[in-house]
Amino acid sequence: MQKFYIFISFLLFGSCIKAQDSSLAQLVNDSSINENSIVKGTFKATQIVNMPTIESPAKGGLQFMIMHRFGRLNEGAYELWGLDNATIRFALDYGISDRLSIGIGRSSHDKTYDGSFKWKALQQKEQGMPFSASLYGLIAYSTLKYSDKPYLNGTFRTSYLTQALLARKFSRNLSLQLAPSWMHFNLVPTEEDNNNVFAIGFGGRMKVSKRVSINAEYNYVPDGQIVTNDITNSLSFGMDIETGGHVFQLVFSNSQGMVGPAYLAKTTGKWGDGDIYFGFNITRAFTLKR
Amino acid sequence: MKVLSITIAAVLLSMFASSQPLITRNGFLGFYSKTPMEDIKAENNQVVAAIDLQKKSLAFSALVKSFLFRKELMQQHFNENYAESDTYPKTSFTGSYTGEVNTQKEGSYPVQVSGKITFHGVTKDVTVPAVLQIQGGKLTGTANFQLLPGDFNIKIPSVVRDKIAERIDVKVKVDYPINH
Repeated sequence: MQKFYIFISFLLFGSCIKAQDSSLAQLVNDSSINENSIVKGTFKATQIVNMPTIESPAKGGLQFMIMHRFGRLNEGAYELWGLDNATIRFALDYGISDRLSIGIGRSSHDKTYDGSFKWKALQQKEQGMPFSASLYGLIAYSTLKYSDKPYLNGTFRTSYLTQALLARKFSRNLSLQLAPSWMHFNLVPTEEDNNNVFAIGFGGRMKVSKRVSINAEYNYVPDGQIVTNDITNSLSFGMDIETGGHVFQLVFSNSQGMVGPAYLAKTTGKWGDGDIYFGFNITRAFTLKR
Repeated sequence: MKVLSITIAAVLLSMFASSQPLITRNGFLGFYSKTPMEDIKAENNQVVAAIDLQKKSLAFSALVKSFLFRKELMQQHFNENYAESDTYPKTSFTGSYTGEVNTQKEGSYPVQVSGKITFHGVTKDVTVPAVLQIQGGKLTGTANFQLLPGDFNIKIPSVVRDKIAERIDVKVKVDYPINH
């Protein structure tokens, strides 16, 4: 019994000492809940270079993008190392909700119109969900006139891209993304070429300061799917510079095309031969609805 | 045995004699920056605040991520580039006030609050005027003051200098129910 009393008094003493230690500051600090929030800012922009990222405009946000690629670096001095030529893509992306965005675009490359959507299926959390996953779909429609092929109607001019974008922000500076991709071409050059082409993209960014990051992406297209054209895998490097509502991306790529079916399946440039396209992507964000 | 009883009694007494602070989980903290170029408003309704009317001490703690902006992009830039909330997740204030408050009598009591604000990993001493108001079984504390981003080691690049005010207006409002 005696022992029991001593034990109890010790307990009370202990709790008393604790109560005196915990100041008001301790009290509020302990009571503030550390909520498990969604990890934001995995990438600065909605694309690494050509590959879309899991980022999309927030609800009611409109993003205007100008993507621009000069000619090839190896065209030499007469073409001012490619700067005399350019292909361009304009795009508008709108956030219907914080998870769903839609977009339209127009590339001068094959005079192609495109429509796309991006849906954030899973979002990385601080605790628990280790990665983000988005579904990206794009339909491309080429309007380039072939006077020798009048039979090319709408069906033949259309191609589709579906991508699963799997990304993880590993630290405040490092984010990586994996993108299994499936393309369907309604028209391919010969019977040996597949209408369905599969590819896998890898990409990432490394921040070098708060507002600048270095990016790289590589898109691997397994052999035997496209045989007529001697295609190469698209490899691109870039640098993001963020200034408030703008993101400037300076890029170097062996791809001239800027939408999936073009840069994944129609890249013929080789880095080793100097087939390097310099260019930039500029995004500007507007808020339409609050 | 007697000694033990006295000890226990003393311990129990000391526990109950210590004043009970008032505490709330939904205090309000807002900051505002107005320039001709940009109007920035961020509000946090999940501030944990406590006040001890006997000791005249008070404390606040809030998650930096819980500040809501009108534009998602602003919120992201604030967290990523300015407040760096992944490294410094919380902002807090601890201090005391001078001035008399009679909880039995309705009315407004102007007080001087002084203490330490911690934000972005930097702790700074501040003294600001505030008002404690007793009304309808509630104690409401309000304060309006200004802070400089530079005091908290927050660098504003020249590109956005025109968009962010030199002095940031801060508003604090906390309601505590009082039980008589």
